[in-house]
Amino acid sequence: MTAVRNEPAFRDATADPEVVLEVTDLHVTFPTDSGDVTAVRGLSYDVRAGEVLGIVGESGSGKSVSSLAVMGLLPRNARISGSARYRGRELLGLDDRAASGIRGKEIAMVFQDPLSALTPVYTVGDQIAEALRIHSDIGKEAAARRSVELLDLVGIPNPKQRALAFPHEFSGGMRQRAMIAMAIANDPDLIIADEPTTALDVTIQAQILEVLKTAQQATGAAIVLITHDLGVVAGFADRLLVMYAGKAVETGSTEEVFYQGRMPYTLGLLGSIPRLDAGGRQPLTPVEGNPPSLASLPPGCPFVPRCPMAIDICSQTEPPLLRMPNSGDRHFSACHRSDEIERSNLTSTDIFPAVVAPESVAERTPREQRPTVLEVTDLVKHYPLTKGHVFRRRIGTVKAVDGISFDIREGETLGLVGESGCGKTTTLTELLRMARPQDGTVVVLGKDTATMSGRDRFAIRRDVQIVFQDPFASLDPRMPVGDILAEPLLTHGVPEAERRQEVRALLKLVGLAPEHADRYPHEFSGGQRQRIGIARALALKPRLVVLDEPVSALDVSIQAGVINLLERLKVELGLSYLFVAHDLSVVRHIADRVAVMYLGKIVESGPVDRVFDAPSHPYTQALLSAIPLPDPIKERQRRRIILEGDLPSPADPPSGCRFRTRCQLFAGLDEGRRQKCLEQHPPSLPQGDGDHLAACHYARVVDVL
Amino acid sequence: MSIDPKVVVETAPTPVEDGPAEQASLSRGRLVLRRFLRKRLAIAGLVVLVLLFLLAFLGPYLSPWSYEQKDFESFLSPPSAGHWFGTNQTGADLFAQTLRGMQKSLIIGLLAALIATGVAALVGASAGYFGGWVDRALMWFVDLLLVLPSFLILALLSPQFRGKSWLLFVVLLAGFAWMITSRVVRSMTLSLKEREYVEAARFMGVPAYKIILRHILPNMSSLLIVDATVNVGVAIIGEASLAFFGFGIQPPDISLGTLIAEGSVAFLTDSWLFLFPSGFLVAIVLAVNLIGDGLRDAFDPTSNASRGSH
Repeated sequence: MTAVRNEPAFRDATADPEVVLEVTDLHVTFPTDSGDVTAVRGLSYDVRAGEVLGIVGESGSGKSVSSLAVMGLLPRNARISGSARYRGRELLGLDDRAASGIRGKEIAMVFQDPLSALTPVYTVGDQIAEALRIHSDIGKEAAARRSVELLDLVGIPNPKQRALAFPHEFSGGMRQRAMIAMAIANDPDLIIADEPTTALDVTIQAQILEVLKTAQQATGAAIVLITHDLGVVAGFADRLLVMYAGKAVETGSTEEVFYQGRMPYTLGLLGSIPRLDAGGRQPLTPVEGNPPSLASLPPGCPFVPRCPMAIDICSQTEPPLLRMPNSGDRHFSACHRSDEIERSNLTSTDIFPAVVAPESVAERTPREQRPTVLEVTDLVKHYPLTKGHVFRRRIGTVKAVDGISFDIREGETLGLVGESGCGKTTTLTELLRMARPQDGTVVVLGKDTATMSGRDRFAIRRDVQIVFQDPFASLDPRMPVGDILAEPLLTHGVPEAERRQEVRALLKLVGLAPEHADRYPHEFSGGQRQRIGIARALALKPRLVVLDEPVSALDVSIQAGVINLLERLKVELGLSYLFVAHDLSVVRHIADRVAVMYLGKIVESGPVDRVFDAPSHPYTQALLSAIPLPDPIKERQRRRIILEGDLPSPADPPSGCRFRTRCQLFAGLDEGRRQKCLEQHPPSLPQGDGDHLAACHYARVVDVL
Repeated sequence: MSIDPKVVVETAPTPVEDGPAEQASLSRGRLVLRRFLRKRLAIAGLVVLVLLFLLAFLGPYLSPWSYEQKDFESFLSPPSAGHWFGTNQTGADLFAQTLRGMQKSLIIGLLAALIATGVAALVGASAGYFGGWVDRALMWFVDLLLVLPSFLILALLSPQFRGKSWLLFVVLLAGFAWMITSRVVRSMTLSLKEREYVEAARFMGVPAYKIILRHILPNMSSLLIVDATVNVGVAIIGEASLAFFGFGIQPPDISLGTLIAEGSVAFLTDSWLFLFPSGFLVAIVLAVNLIGDGLRDAFDPTSNASRGSH
């Protein structure tokens, strides 16, 4: 084993002309009021022509900062040292003029948020043409023509017309395509994509990754893909670099990192992802704790506080990045005990405490014999679309929820899934409002909301509580945590002494300390705040908890901890969950039953294993197919169904079957059979055994995993 | 297996220790108070304000002159042992007059500011929170008040109030000072009411007025506090400008504003006539500002200043 602290052995390729970008011992420090924050601490990597390097890490691990440093886009007060060479040319310390010559021409960047990356006052075509004209001597006409070609290349329909559109007229996915078009406009040798799909829906994410692949083929560029999602890189990247606390802790080929991870952090990350292809009761291994503050790192390995394998030496010296002798010669790992891990081939479940949710009492009773907690029948919510201020005219109807039915039995979790805009959130709001619905019925714990008195409604609110998606928006920033947790108790008339005890008990229940009651929400991390949100929902001992994407705003390693907590609480307190999510892997892990929503209708529903193993509706198949598996070999062998375009507007849904405009099955039908899809909305029909329903005229099972 | 990974029993991100069994967690009110008391500048402001009140109401007993008395032996005399702040053109003792004026102005300023900001907060928040016809009716009323020339209305109304309590005048002053703030409060409410914590409270069954008082107004306390502190100065000066035109507080009664208005004419020749009353006005406004800053930081848990003792 050779020590390769700053000059790793894979640097033997330095002389290789193929190396496009070579970063050596990069340090980035930001001076702040509370001392220097070193965001990147000695990062080295190289990217060769045509190669895709995935940089993976949690938020705050320095993955974005390091690439911004390479691009010369960091604020002036940042202190940067080390070297970043583009084809042998030093990039660090270039003045802005010289750097601008390379940026956008040789190295292009795709940002996470495509809305703020495009200027709202120029047309998309003009912005792409601008990128062209800055770097080459090309006429106005030619640039406009080329930008239409580029839009066509990234798969924007009617590129000629769309080039004249403004960014706000584009959907999120189309904006990201336009960004990619701009990035490849000058045929760059390197594209840095910083979380290019994080803000997008899964179906759109699959489209964008596809476009990135096309772009790479068209330009032959190397890609640095920065992401926190191991699934995204599994099928896309050739090599991976895992970052933790500003340093590379493991690097190697994608297969090596996924199958022979030698650093506990990598293993923990992998073990904390729920997998779409694993049936229920897959143990998740949360990496407890939070990433360290980079302001004052103690000596030793920064992962020590979260590492179950830490021994004395770990807190004394920081392990260097060492080559793993038994796997490939470009696999490096920074852990004092990586050779032990290698020798016994440890996996995440060997190192981290794996939690398997116990079976609840309720689950042992057959479903039909359990009481129904929530029953929704043909629920409808239409919004009027109005125009004008003084005289309001109704110009249309947004059919946000258009007749959906489902029920939840005691001790059961129903996963409600669909893209954003499909009506999930409207459904939740309608349920929680507990008012008379526009049409259909909502029966909560045996009481119909339409005939409820005000007093009944108030009483039943005790039994139905909600946990929100964004742990930063769901807690009043001006209220101490104790008051936040006491609010539901206060509202429902719990006396003060009892209230105080209850708050302490709640904090303990979700794994926080009772002393935390005096603190304000901003003093907690995202995962801890979500725990507080869960504690508030549990304060009144509800029977049904509505979870609105409770983990989608959290880092992967933290997410597993919250999922495990939810599962434990469900069993301990006998709860039922309505779990709304767009991440189907999480739903597969936590839900017993699933309902897939598309444009205000439920298109498929049934027991989770049944729906996921034998999806019958083409939309479910496409959704499942769009979820990347954190497994490089499987992922590369999958045949992917890529949906065309975006979700149609619910104000003007297609006739007949609402999904037909994007349906891969519809596209393959002959004229005569298509007629049915165009004219009739398909009814929900049982598939296989009676519990599995799908709303498709030509439903058939397709294996997509 | 060659290694035995340490078993982790902790489920908590931070170690859970059992504190003293009945360590009462502090409520928001207590926490805010504690944070406020930690601010030295705010406490200094509070002390100055209390001292000003004491001086205004107890000071006259120390002074050999009353505010109505005239010393016909000294007109326009500079500060001396006999007249601590000097006298004016009619021989009135400026010390006694300043204190008397301060009694009125302190109450007018603080009360008018509190009423104006309070009304602005309630009207704006209700309009924003309830929306619909409540919003339209309230905002129509606000717009009406905004287009009416407030000075003219006050001038028209003030003969009606002659002889009645001057506290009515405070209500009038406040009545024309809240509209713009209430529009700002309304628009902030519109965005705050969409927040998830407000929704959470609603789904919990918390009544609307409690949501406004508990979640919406505290989250715009910075705006309200700044508005109230500015209003104190505005009300005191506003009263003076009305008095200058013969409305509001009329001789023989005096306010700080009337004294400043009179004294400003003689600023270059007999500067004490202007300096003493305006000095006290500055002191009042400054003290209120310090208290406001302290309150603002105490309400805002993210303010850095609240960490250390200021």
